[in-house]
Amino acid sequence: MLLEVRDLEAGYGEVTVLRGLSMTVASGEIVAVLGANGVGKSTLNNTLSALIRPTGGQILFDGTDITAARPAQVVSAGLIQVPEGRRVFPDLSVRENLLLGSYRRGRARRDANVERICTVFPRLRERFGQAAGTLSGGEQQMLAIGRGLMAEPRLLILDEPSLGLSPLLVEEMFALIGAINAEGLSILLVEQNVAQTLEIAHRAYVLEQGRFVMAGPSAELADDPGLRRSYLGL
Amino acid sequence: MTASLLVPALVNGLTTGAIYALVALGLTLIYGVLHIINFAHGSLLMVALYGVYFLNTGLGIDPYLALPIAVPAFFILGYFLQRGVIEHTAHGRDQNILLVTLGLSIILDNLALYFWRSDTRTIDVPYGFDVIDIGVALIPVPRAVAFGAALGIAALLWFLIGRTDLGRAIRAVARERQGARLMGIDVEHIYGLCFGIGTATLAAAACLLLPSFYVTPQVGHAFVLVAFTTVVLGGMGSFTGALVGGLILGLVESAGGLILGESLGQIGIFIIFILVLLFRPTGLFGGKPA
Ligand SMILES: Nc1ncnc2c1ncn2[C@@H]1O[C@H](COP(=O)(O)OP(=O)(O)OP(=O)(O)O)[C@@H](O)[C@H]1O
Ligand SMILES: [Mg+2]
Repeated sequence: MLLEVRDLEAGYGEVTVLRGLSMTVASGEIVAVLGANGVGKSTLNNTLSALIRPTGGQILFDGTDITAARPAQVVSAGLIQVPEGRRVFPDLSVRENLLLGSYRRGRARRDANVERICTVFPRLRERFGQAAGTLSGGEQQMLAIGRGLMAEPRLLILDEPSLGLSPLLVEEMFALIGAINAEGLSILLVEQNVAQTLEIAHRAYVLEQGRFVMAGPSAELADDPGLRRSYLGL
Repeated sequence: MTASLLVPALVNGLTTGAIYALVALGLTLIYGVLHIINFAHGSLLMVALYGVYFLNTGLGIDPYLALPIAVPAFFILGYFLQRGVIEHTAHGRDQNILLVTLGLSIILDNLALYFWRSDTRTIDVPYGFDVIDIGVALIPVPRAVAFGAALGIAALLWFLIGRTDLGRAIRAVARERQGARLMGIDVEHIYGLCFGIGTATLAAAACLLLPSFYVTPQVGHAFVLVAFTTVVLGGMGSFTGALVGGLILGLVESAGGLILGESLGQIGIFIIFILVLLFRPTGLFGGKPA
C-alpha cells in the first residue's frame, strides 16, 4: 500500500474534526475523498501533509510511519499536496514558483522537470516570467499542480482543483488529472464535484462529519441510491 | 552657497546614508519576512559596536579586519535569538514578539549602562584622519570605505535574495507561509536565517562605523529611529526602498546640518517621516500590503 491511514483523529485545539478515519491508496490509483463544505476534507489533507499534528491514529506512507514527521520530511518522502486556494507565491515569477517545487529535490533533474511540465501546461511557458499573482484562477491552478509535480511526487494530493474554474476548464482539469495518473502517478483527489470525480477515480470515500460513511469502487458509489440523492441531486 | 561647502556636505550625506541604508536593510528584511518590527535592532547595533571596540582595544584587531569575525558571530547570535528566544516566547502572536524584542532592547541597554557606563568611547586607527582628494572635496578614508563597503554588502544581499535558491525560498515564505511549508521549506529555519542576516548587517555596520564614530550605551537609538524612518520612507519590507531611503535621509541630514547647523541636522529626517506617513504611508517603493 502506498498510503495507509488508520483511525486518524485530528482537529483544532478542543475541536475534533476527524473522528477516526481509515483509508488506503494503492500505487497507481486515483482515490477520491468526497464531502460537502466543512466536513474536514482539507483537515485530512493538512494532517497527511503534517501541517496539523494528529491526536490519534497512524499514517503509513509506503510502509513507513510518518505520523510524527515534519512537513519537510513528508515532502522529501514524496507525499505532495496541491492545496485548496492554490497558494502559489504571488510575487515570484511562474518560473521561480516551479523551481521552488523542487526545493527538496535539488538541481539534478530540475531543468528537465520544468521542461516536462511546460509541455503538459503550455500556458505556463507563455507566462514564464510573469508574477504568479497576476495569473488567472485557472492558470494559477495549473501552476500549483505544476509546482507540485516539480517535487517528483509519489502521491499527489489535490484539494478541490476544480474550485472556482469555469465548466470548460473543470472539464479540462479532470482530463488532465486522468492523464497525469495514466503516466503512473498515484493521486488522492479531494472534491465536491461528485459526478466528474467519480468518472475518473478508481475508488472513493465519502466523508461526513469527520467519518467515512461510504467507501468503494467509483462505479458502485455512482449507482448508490443514497449517494445519488444526497450528492447528485438525483 | 558655494560648491566648496555643498560638495563636502553631499559626500558626507551619501556616506552617512550608506550606513543608514545598511542598518535599514536588516530591519526591512526582518519585517518583510517575519512581519515583525524588531525593536532590539538598535540595541544589537550598540552591542556590535562594543564588540568591535573591545576587539580593537583588547586584542588590537582593526575594525575592518574584524568584519569576518563579527559578521558570522552576529549571524549566529541572530539565528539563535529567533529560534531560541523569540520563536518560543512569542507563540506566533505579533504583540508578544513586539514585547519580546522591546524587552530584549531594554535588557541590552541597561546591561551596557551597568558594565560600560555612559562614557563615550572611540578608537584610534592609523588611517583615522587620512583623506582622499577628489578635487572638489576631501573624503575621509573611513567614510569612503564605509560608503563602498555598505553598497557592496547591499549588492551582495540583493543578489542573495533575488538570485539564489535560498533567496527564492525567503521570498516565498514572506508572502505565502503555508504554500512554502507544503513545498518542504522549513519556515522556522528561514525565519532564523533572516533574523540572523538582519543581525549580521548590524555587525557589518558596526565595523564600518567605528573608525569614524563613537559608542555609548544609547548609540543605537539614534540609528534605529533613522532606520525606522528609512524603512517607512522606502516602503516597509522593500529592499530598494531601504537603500534609496537610507541615502536620501543621509543627504537630508547633511543638508539640514548645513542650513540649520550641525545639531539640528536630524530635524529634516523627522519632518520627512511625518510627511511620508501623512501623504504616502506605503512609502516610495512600498507595494500592496502583504
Ligand atoms: N484553522 C482552523 N481553526 C479552527 N477550526 C478550523 C480551522 N480550519 C478549519 N476548521 C474547522 O474544521 C472543520 C473542517 O474544515 P475543513 O477546512 O477541513 O473542511 P473542508 O471539508 O475542507 O471544507 P471546504 O469544502 O469548505 O473546503 C470546519 O468546521 C472548520 O470550521
Ligand atoms: Mg477544504
